[in-house]
Amino acid sequence: MTTAERLQSLLPRLADPPVSRPARTPAWYFWRLMFALLMAAGAYATYVRITSGLGGVTNLSDRFPWGIWVGFDVLCGVGLAAGGFTLVAAVHIFNLERYKPIVRPAVLTAFLGYLLVVVALLFDLGRPWNIWHPLIMWNPRSVMFEVAWCVTLYSTVLALEFVPAVLERFQMKRTLAWLRLISVPLVIGGVILSTLHQSSLGSLFLIVPRKLYPLWYSPMLPVMFFVSAVCAGLAMTIFESWHSSRAFGRQLEMPLLNGMARLLAVFMAVFLTIRFLDLLHRDVLGLLLVNRTETWLFWLECVLMIVPTVLLFSRRVRHNPTALYFMALMVLFGFIANRLNISITGMEAGSGVHYIPRWTEVAITLAICAAGFAVFRWAVLNLPVFQEKE
Amino acid sequence: MCIGCRACEQSCALRWNLPWNETIAAEERLSSHKLTTITTHDGVYSRRLCMHCAEPTCVSVCPVGALQKTSLGPVVYDADKCMGCRYCMTACPFQVPVYEWANRIPRVRKCDMCYGRQSAGKPTACAEGCPTGATTCGDRDALIAEAHRRMAANPGGYYQCIYGLKEVGGTSVLILSAVPFEQIGLRTDLPNQPLPGLTWAALSHVPDVVSVGSVLLGGVWWITHRREEVARAEGGPKKEPKS
Repeated sequence: MTTAERLQSLLPRLADPPVSRPARTPAWYFWRLMFALLMAAGAYATYVRITSGLGGVTNLSDRFPWGIWVGFDVLCGVGLAAGGFTLVAAVHIFNLERYKPIVRPAVLTAFLGYLLVVVALLFDLGRPWNIWHPLIMWNPRSVMFEVAWCVTLYSTVLALEFVPAVLERFQMKRTLAWLRLISVPLVIGGVILSTLHQSSLGSLFLIVPRKLYPLWYSPMLPVMFFVSAVCAGLAMTIFESWHSSRAFGRQLEMPLLNGMARLLAVFMAVFLTIRFLDLLHRDVLGLLLVNRTETWLFWLECVLMIVPTVLLFSRRVRHNPTALYFMALMVLFGFIANRLNISITGMEAGSGVHYIPRWTEVAITLAICAAGFAVFRWAVLNLPVFQEKE
Repeated sequence: MCIGCRACEQSCALRWNLPWNETIAAEERLSSHKLTTITTHDGVYSRRLCMHCAEPTCVSVCPVGALQKTSLGPVVYDADKCMGCRYCMTACPFQVPVYEWANRIPRVRKCDMCYGRQSAGKPTACAEGCPTGATTCGDRDALIAEAHRRMAANPGGYYQCIYGLKEVGGTSVLILSAVPFEQIGLRTDLPNQPLPGLTWAALSHVPDVVSVGSVLLGGVWWITHRREEVARAEGGPKKEPKS
């Protein structure tokens, strides 16, 4: 008996196992191996990060101080975790009860997402042991200060929103009842905190009007970050439902996914409208014809967003699970392209240097993502994530 | 007036206990071991150092207030507060703050206009070290007057503008040049408004989002859940109310 199994035997048994355990197919072994390799690479990079500082593991420089740990792990990570507040708002505030079965996985994704963002920050911050400083050393004029506070508070809210799953597992009915009592203000607070910091991640870049390429610098950045986060959150929920259904042999909630896909199409249309209207009003549409790297990256990002938006309006696409999955995937890639363009490629020309992440930076990012998938999987197998009790 | 002797670099290195030699002198860019540098542009010399803005971008973006504008003028940094997010480096319009990338306990480094010396009434190390008076130190109004005097005394020798008078709302460091500023590598596309206003425009809406958001969401919740209340009041225990 391994330690893990011994620990498992101590847990009270659920009447029904939450989901069926995946069979040990060759693919199962392949992913185990991949996971082990990523973790080993991540562990090595972590060792170098600790022993030789940021300079030893990253290609960051004085002219290019933010790389993929900020651009991908933080900016994309927080956006991809937006499914939590979107679905919580839909179900608990707008009372769209039919989406209830997917609230819990979405909240779990969000909670893990935020935890991983904090882990990524521990790597990226030069002095990670001071990460708590914004809580006592205030500078309310700083966007970063607002982000720090919102992320701290919202992670707490997410923990409280997910903890019922753990309490149900251990049948702690008293605490559950107490949590129900504060659930409404908690849910409203969570949605507001999300609105604030999702948009604030965009506000971070308002301060660099001469460094960020004009196709991306805009006073509308906060609004665009908020709308694109809602899109990414919805797409991520579709993505994760599809994968969970395959991994754990569950029925895909097609009517729900179909409804979410409609919502996604509308939000994407809103985002693209704001995006192009903003270019028009700032008088920079002419830049779309200039032959520069930025122009091509802009079009890459736009194609990845426009194609799924248009196709998602089609009933046939929405009703086909595979097509729907690929549309969600394209939205996610478009979203990631957009945020990387804002934080990395769009900043290159203004900073005068070329940045390509070092392999150790990529290794840590991948290891963090892999850890996220693994913890999600563990939670689904051991906690009532997919079968909330009334 | 600068003759490119790099005495300012040397006295600055001495003041910070940093190494200084031929190789470092030739680097001509700010780094964690070089907080000021002479730059050469086709035989014309200029200098780089922290501009000490009147409304500094770095001070406004620092989440923990590790950077502060002192009433004397210098912008100073407190490494004990810093958590190393490097937002100041991203945000600075002059790309001044630099980082100790190789240090395990890294600090942001930048010129602090010899705050300690100036508090004691002494000039900055670089101004004291300058043999020609190209770098001088003093009250900002007096320096502006001196700049105008120099430009008037030698109209052909100076580009007739003061860099730092209006850029991003004005800076405590002022630069004169023989040629247009873009030819000595200075940014001339900066707005005359201080940059912190740009993020404040968004941040000032936080109370609005919180108050309007709470009322709206609370209202929506109340309305959408009223149906159940009605159902409960009319039909008895048909359906359990949700959380």
